[in-house]
Amino acid sequence: MSEKDNRPILEVSHLGIDFGGLTAVDDFNISLAKTEIAGLIGPNGAGKTTIFNLLTKVYQPSRGKIVLDDKDTNGMNTIQVNRAGIARTFQNIRLFDKLTVEDNVKIGLHNHTEYNMWSGIFRLPKYWNEEKRSHEKALELLSIFDMQDLADATAGSLPYGAQRRLEIVRALATEPKVLLLDEPAAGMNPSETAELMENIRKIRDKFQIAVLLIEHDMNLVMGICEGIAVLNFGKIIAKGTPSQIQNNPQVIEAYLGKKKEAK
Amino acid sequence: MLNYLINGISLGSVYAIIALGYTMVYGIAKMLNFAHGDVIMVGGYVAFCTTSYLGWPVIPAVLLSIFVCMVLGIVIERLAYKPLRAATSLAVLITAIGVSYFLQNVALLIWTSNPKVFPNMVTLPSLVIGDLQISSVALVTIIACIIIMIVLTLFTNKTKMGKAMRAVSEDKDAAQLMGINVNATISLTFAIGSGLAAIAGVLLCSAYPTLMPTTGSMPGIKAFTAAVFGGIGSIPGAMLGGILLGIIEIFGKAYISTQLSDAIVFSVLIIILLVKPTGLLGKKVNEKV
Amino acid sequence: MKKISKSARSSFINYGIVLIFFLFFQIMLSTGKLSNSLSGQLIPICTYVIMALALNLVVGISGELSLGHAGFMSVGAFSGVVVATALKDVITVSPIRLILAIVIGAVLAAVAGTIIGIPVLRLQGDYLAIVTLAFGEIIKNVLNCLYIGADSKGLHFSMKDGNSLNMETGGTVIINGPQGALGIQKISTFAAAIILVLIVLFIIQNLVNSRAGRAIKAIRDNRIAAESCGLNIMKYKMMAFVLSAAIAGAAGALYALNYSTVVPKKFDFNTSILVLVFVVLGGIGNLRGSMIAAAILTVLPELLRQFQDYRMLVYAIVLILVMIITNNSKAKDLLGRVGAKIFKKSAVQKG
Repeated sequence: MSEKDNRPILEVSHLGIDFGGLTAVDDFNISLAKTEIAGLIGPNGAGKTTIFNLLTKVYQPSRGKIVLDDKDTNGMNTIQVNRAGIARTFQNIRLFDKLTVEDNVKIGLHNHTEYNMWSGIFRLPKYWNEEKRSHEKALELLSIFDMQDLADATAGSLPYGAQRRLEIVRALATEPKVLLLDEPAAGMNPSETAELMENIRKIRDKFQIAVLLIEHDMNLVMGICEGIAVLNFGKIIAKGTPSQIQNNPQVIEAYLGKKKEAK
Repeated sequence: MLNYLINGISLGSVYAIIALGYTMVYGIAKMLNFAHGDVIMVGGYVAFCTTSYLGWPVIPAVLLSIFVCMVLGIVIERLAYKPLRAATSLAVLITAIGVSYFLQNVALLIWTSNPKVFPNMVTLPSLVIGDLQISSVALVTIIACIIIMIVLTLFTNKTKMGKAMRAVSEDKDAAQLMGINVNATISLTFAIGSGLAAIAGVLLCSAYPTLMPTTGSMPGIKAFTAAVFGGIGSIPGAMLGGILLGIIEIFGKAYISTQLSDAIVFSVLIIILLVKPTGLLGKKVNEKV
Repeated sequence: MKKISKSARSSFINYGIVLIFFLFFQIMLSTGKLSNSLSGQLIPICTYVIMALALNLVVGISGELSLGHAGFMSVGAFSGVVVATALKDVITVSPIRLILAIVIGAVLAAVAGTIIGIPVLRLQGDYLAIVTLAFGEIIKNVLNCLYIGADSKGLHFSMKDGNSLNMETGGTVIINGPQGALGIQKISTFAAAIILVLIVLFIIQNLVNSRAGRAIKAIRDNRIAAESCGLNIMKYKMMAFVLSAAIAGAAGALYALNYSTVVPKKFDFNTSILVLVFVVLGGIGNLRGSMIAAAILTVLPELLRQFQDYRMLVYAIVLILVMIITNNSKAKDLLGRVGAKIFKKSAVQKG
């Protein structure tokens, strides 16, 4: 692996949110190093996606602090958080279904493409230059997942796995410092999952970003995550390296144990 | 002043009765039934023909008008809206507009565009309290509105059919799985809404006695506004929205400008929606991320 | 690069269709083969084509339902008439006056679009639709009470009646409340109308295939994902809405300057709906479809003149049937099977 950068990029302290009288997430703390891959696991309904929604300000937190690259994101909205450097994918895939694959990536590149409405309408030189640049950039990003040949396909027509990969590419296009992946391996077969694992590592190394992922596939989580936080009923019940988590009795009881029984 | 208030409540009661139809249909079919206003017009014409041409007494004439509109409502739903249950809301909206044109033009062919003078169906003496004079039409309208409100609330909350209706509006598929006949429930809703439109038609034409094929459209749009105003899908909301709209309209006419009264009504609607984006009594539905 | 050329080809086909339409009717006109009623329809056809394009930008591309676009059309129409009439003696070249009228009509409609868009676009779905409807009615209502006159001192405004304009003798009343604009000099021409159609097509097509247009479509497809990509939702919704309002205003000016009188009632809810019908029947988001639908459906009532009373009835039935057939899978299947049968039969007969 390439050189490690251990300075924290994302620091979350005492994060919490209440819906009505119900506390969905409470006292959530996590610190992510600059090029760390971390996992967030826990049984269904534990509040994992809610944490992503808090980090990206889809919900405004009731309590706590989120510091991204030494900047407090307090008061920012979803759009500003993305511009500040957090990008995400969604558990229930959210692509721009009627746009092409390439255009989906170009939406990710939107804030890094610089020409205005009038240059677009009157096809000024700026339009041609910037469109050429973003076209090349989009293809380059798609090539991470070998998807450059699908550039002209409609996003909604892609198979499930390809849609999940496209969401990752789109998120990457926004040039994030922290990438949040919500169940990236859901619906993938074991070989696809293995490939995805490789690609997540590759992305981290190439772009030098931190990755926080929610996943139920334990092979993936244990295989690539350097740190893992386990969530149950909105609270962290354990934190540590994969081997520490695997041997934590509380975790086994709350999550892994149940899962084994279910199988 | 008090006279204006009574007039406002009376006009508002008509809007409320129409708005109830809009809101019930919206609640269950999630569609804006633009043809609802034209059902009012049909109700008016049926009552007009039976009393003026056939010389029927008022009560059977009104009952027949209600019956005709209920059947019309069911037929419209079965023929035009049912095939589109899976379609986009825009497609349904356009179809509803088509139905509205259809009803207006059929009425135009049968009754021509010459306005008919609607006979006053409420031939009771006015109520006089001191200086205050309340016309019998206004009184009957307000009483009818209150009765309808009470009956509808009891119906949706206490009866089995009413509960089925609420279940269908909440989740069609789940209701179906629970053994509720969804099609019958939707038909029933359209029947009730259209029956109410007939009552509103008679009351409206008694108060404003000109009847034309386009009579229903403006009250229809305003009642629709009232339904949104109160929070579309909510029965008490439609009631509240209708009555407030009537009061605002009458006061706007009296104190600000007759010509600008519609602009005032719609401005108030916009302000309310900006402050409360789902209307006065509407509930907010958040998209799950 | 392949992708760009594909959308570019589609754009050029659209320009081609408009030009062929123009040449065809221009030849028909000059050889006198066109009936009076049809030649009188040429500018209205162009107007409705432009309106359909404008509304498609909001409904199809931006994905918001507007039921009040006739309001913007009327803002453009009346401001255009005021400009054209007030400048009658200053600028004698009528094409220049027409251009000025259209530009000012568009600008004022854009202002109205901005004022309306800022509050309205915060709402979603049916609520947005009802508020645009309300605004359309408000605009109509206000114009119904508006009186504007011109004399040597300039323009005079009143919301009461024509007498309170306080004009010197010899001043002309341009807009007379519910009677609308009177004594308009007809300066719109078919060629000007076609040029405006081409300009509008150029603007919308190029916008749609650029960074801003992509953003507008992305917000339509998935608002939450668009936010997560850092897109400024309000900015792009406003862009589509205001641009659409401006185009509707230009269409209104073109339309009004084709008649000697125009009343505010002309631009009511029914007109908004009519344009929406063009957009829906032409295929939501499909510019070529809305142009064709607008052209055919504007002429159709003229062609059905012999059916007089029945034509609107037929129109209504056709509208309902088309919606059911295009949106119901069973009806589609049935139609497909019937079609296949007929095809088979004719194939057998041939064989």
